[in-house]
Amino acid sequence: MPAPAIEYRDVIFARPGGPPVLDHFVLTVEAGEVLALVGRSGAGKTTLLKLVNRLLLPDAGAVLVQGRDTREWDPIGLRRSVGYVLQDVGLFPHMSVADNIAVVPRLSGWDAARVTKRVDELLDLIGLPAKQFGLRWPDELSGGQRQRVGVARALALDPPMLLMDEPFGALDPVTRAELHAEFRRIQGRLRKTVIIVTHDMGEAFALGTRLGVLDEGALVAYGPPAAIAGSRDPRVRRLLDALPTIPPPPAERESRHSSERSESALGGGAPSARGNE
Amino acid sequence: MTRLLTFWFAHRQELGVLLAQHVLIVAVSTLAAIALGLPLGVCAARRPRLASPLVAIANVVQTVPSLAMFGFLLPVPLIGGVGARAAIVVLILYGLLPIVRTTIAGLNGIDPSIREAGVAMGMTARELLRLVELPLALPSIVAGIRVAAVVGVGSATIAAAIGAGGLGEYIYRGLSMVDSTVILAGAVPAALLALAVDGGLLWLERQLLARRRARSRGAAARLALAVVALAVLSSALIARRSTATVVVGSKNFTEQNILGELVAQTIERETGLPVDRRLNLGGTLICDRALVAGDIDVYVEYTGTALTAIFHQPVAASPEAVYGTVRELYARTGRTLLPPLGFNNTFAILVRGRDARALGLKTIEDLARQAPRWNAGFGYEFLERPDGYPGLASAYGLRFASAPHVMDLSLSYRALASGQVDVIAGDATAGLIRGLDLVQLEDTRHYFPPYDAAAVARAEVLLRYPRVRAALEHLSGRVSADDMRAMNYAADVEHKDVARIVKEFLDRR
Repeated sequence: MPAPAIEYRDVIFARPGGPPVLDHFVLTVEAGEVLALVGRSGAGKTTLLKLVNRLLLPDAGAVLVQGRDTREWDPIGLRRSVGYVLQDVGLFPHMSVADNIAVVPRLSGWDAARVTKRVDELLDLIGLPAKQFGLRWPDELSGGQRQRVGVARALALDPPMLLMDEPFGALDPVTRAELHAEFRRIQGRLRKTVIIVTHDMGEAFALGTRLGVLDEGALVAYGPPAAIAGSRDPRVRRLLDALPTIPPPPAERESRHSSERSESALGGGAPSARGNE
Repeated sequence: MTRLLTFWFAHRQELGVLLAQHVLIVAVSTLAAIALGLPLGVCAARRPRLASPLVAIANVVQTVPSLAMFGFLLPVPLIGGVGARAAIVVLILYGLLPIVRTTIAGLNGIDPSIREAGVAMGMTARELLRLVELPLALPSIVAGIRVAAVVGVGSATIAAAIGAGGLGEYIYRGLSMVDSTVILAGAVPAALLALAVDGGLLWLERQLLARRRARSRGAAARLALAVVALAVLSSALIARRSTATVVVGSKNFTEQNILGELVAQTIERETGLPVDRRLNLGGTLICDRALVAGDIDVYVEYTGTALTAIFHQPVAASPEAVYGTVRELYARTGRTLLPPLGFNNTFAILVRGRDARALGLKTIEDLARQAPRWNAGFGYEFLERPDGYPGLASAYGLRFASAPHVMDLSLSYRALASGQVDVIAGDATAGLIRGLDLVQLEDTRHYFPPYDAAAVARAEVLLRYPRVRAALEHLSGRVSADDMRAMNYAADVEHKDVARIVKEFLDRR
C-alpha cells in the first residue's frame, strides 16, 4: 500500500488573532476515496481544502500530500497536481470555455495539438461537446454548465486529486441532482482521490464513499455513509435532521419524496446503490 | 473664418511642423507615462499601504499648474531646462495619475474568486498577472490612458512657453499680438487633436470590451500600436529641427518676438550661421535660466529688468550706471551684455485717451488723485516685481478702488480700451498705445529705472563665433524708440508677419 493520498497530522490552524479554526485535526484520505466533509458555515471546511494545495500552511502539525509535507512541495507543482473546484467557479470571464480549460496545460508547456485533444476530451466527458460549447463565453452558460466547465478545468492536467469546495451549492435542486449523477459517472471512470466539502448532508450522502462531520474545527464523526446515518452523536443528528427531504435514491431513479424522513432509507439506500455503479 | 483658413494656408508648412511637434510630445510622454504608471499601479494594487501615498503624491503633482511645473523644472539638470524634453517630463508627471489610478482600480475590481481560481490552478504570480489580471483590468487602464492623452494634448499647448514648440506657439503668438485669428489657428487644431485622440482611444476601449469579437481584439490592439508608432515616427521626421549653431530666445510678448527675430536675422545675414529660434519663452526668469543652462545662446534683455528682477539690486536712476552694473554682474556669471540697441522700454502707466483728455491727466501724480475711483489691471510680473506695482504705489501714494486685477500683460491693453479696467502698466514702446488711443502718464518722480534694451549672450558662444559678436555689436544704437513702436504697431495692430517686419526694417538700413 503506497502512502495515503492526503494526511492531516495533528493540524492546528488559526486566522491571525482569531480562535483556532482547526484544533489538533487528524484525518487520512486514501487514494481513490471520495471524502465528503459536512459542516456548518465556519466549521473549517474550506480551510481544510486550502491546506492541501498550500493556499494555506498549518500553524502546527503537517499536511502530507502523497506522503510529502506541503511545506516541502513546490507550491506551483503541488497545485497543478491537485484540481480545485470553487463554489463560485471563478471561470475567467475574458476567455472562452475552451481557453479556460486550456490555460494551465498551455502554461505547462503542452503543444497545441495535445491541448486541443485534451480540451475536446474533457468537454465530451462533462457532456458539453466542444463544437457547440468550446467557443462560448462563461456568461453564455447556465450555472450548471459553468460548474461542469469548472470541473473540466480542474481536471485539465489529469491530477490524481480533486478538491471541491461547495461545488454545487449555488445550483437549483434539479440541476444539482443532475450534476450529482454526472459526478458519480465521471468518478466511476476516473477514480480520483476527491475531497468534497458541503454544508448539505444530502449531497454528502449522494457523493461520498466516506463521510466526515466537522464541528468547530474538529472531526466529530467519520466513517462510511451507513455509519454516519446511524450515528447518535447530537452534532451529527442536528445535520441529519436538517435534511429537508429524503436524499434522492441514487442511481437512475431521481424521483423525490416529499417531507418523509427515514433513517433506514438513508442508511440502507445510499451506500448499496453506490456499489452498483 | 476666412481669415483663419487664409492664415493656415499661408502658414501650412509651419502648421504641419507645429502639429507634428505637438503629436510627438503627447505620444512620447503618454507612452512613457504608461511605461511608468502601469508597473507603479500593479505594485500599488498589490500593496495597499503603498497605494494611498502614491495616489496622494500623484494628486498633488496634478494640482500644480503646468506653467509653475515648467518653472520648477527649469533649473533641474538633465530633465529640466527649455525645450521639448522638459515639456515631456511635465506631461509624463501629469499622465501618471490617471494611469496609476485606473490600473489600481482595474486590478482591485477583479472578482477575488477569479484570482483565487488562478492561484489554485497553479499559476505563478507573473502568469496570473499576464493572463488574468491585466486582461481583465485592461478596459479600465485604457480609460486612464485616454484621460492622460487628452490632458496631454491640452497641457502640451502650455509647453510652448518653454520653447517646446507645438500648437501652443500660435496661441502664445496670438495672445501677444492680441490677434484672435492666430490664437484660433493654434487652439482649433489642438481641440481637434484632443477630440481625435479621445475618439481613437474610446474606440480601442470599446474593442477591448467587446469580447464577442475576440479575434478582432488582437487586431485592434495591433492597429492601435501601428497608428501610434506611425504618428511618432512621422512626427519625429517632420518635427526635427535643424541642428542650429546659435539659439536665439525671447520672452512672450510682441516686442520680444520682434527683437528675437531681429537678432536672429542679423546673425543669419552677417554670419551665415544657422539660427534656431526659441521665441515666446514664458518670461524674464525663464529666459534667464535658459541662458544660464545653455538652452539659448542670446536674447534681448532690458537693463532695469536685469538689475532688479535677475540680480536683485536696488534701483538706480542713471542709465549709464545701470548698464555698467548689469554688464558687470552678467560678466561674473559667464554672460556678455552687448551695447544697448538704442531705446528705453520703461514701464508705461497707461490710461484711455479720452479719460486723459477729459480729466486733464498728464502725470502719475495726476492719476493718484483719480485712482480711488478707478480699477487697475496689471500683469503678474508687474504686480510681483520689486520695481513694479508695490514700489510705484508707495512712491506716488496710489490707491485704487479695489486691489489691482491680475491679467495677462498682452490682454490688458484691450481690457483698458474696452473699459474693463481704467489703468494698466504697459510698455512704453507698445504699438497698441497708438492703435488703441491710449495715453502714457509721465513718471515725474523717476520711479521706474531705465530699461534700455540690449542683447545678452553666453560669453562662450561669442568667443567661439567672433562674427556673432560683431553682428550683435552692429545692432548697437540702431533701434530707436520710434522704430520699436512702429514695428510693434505693424505687428500688433496691422497684424503683419514678424519676420517680414524685421526683414523690411533691416532692408531699410
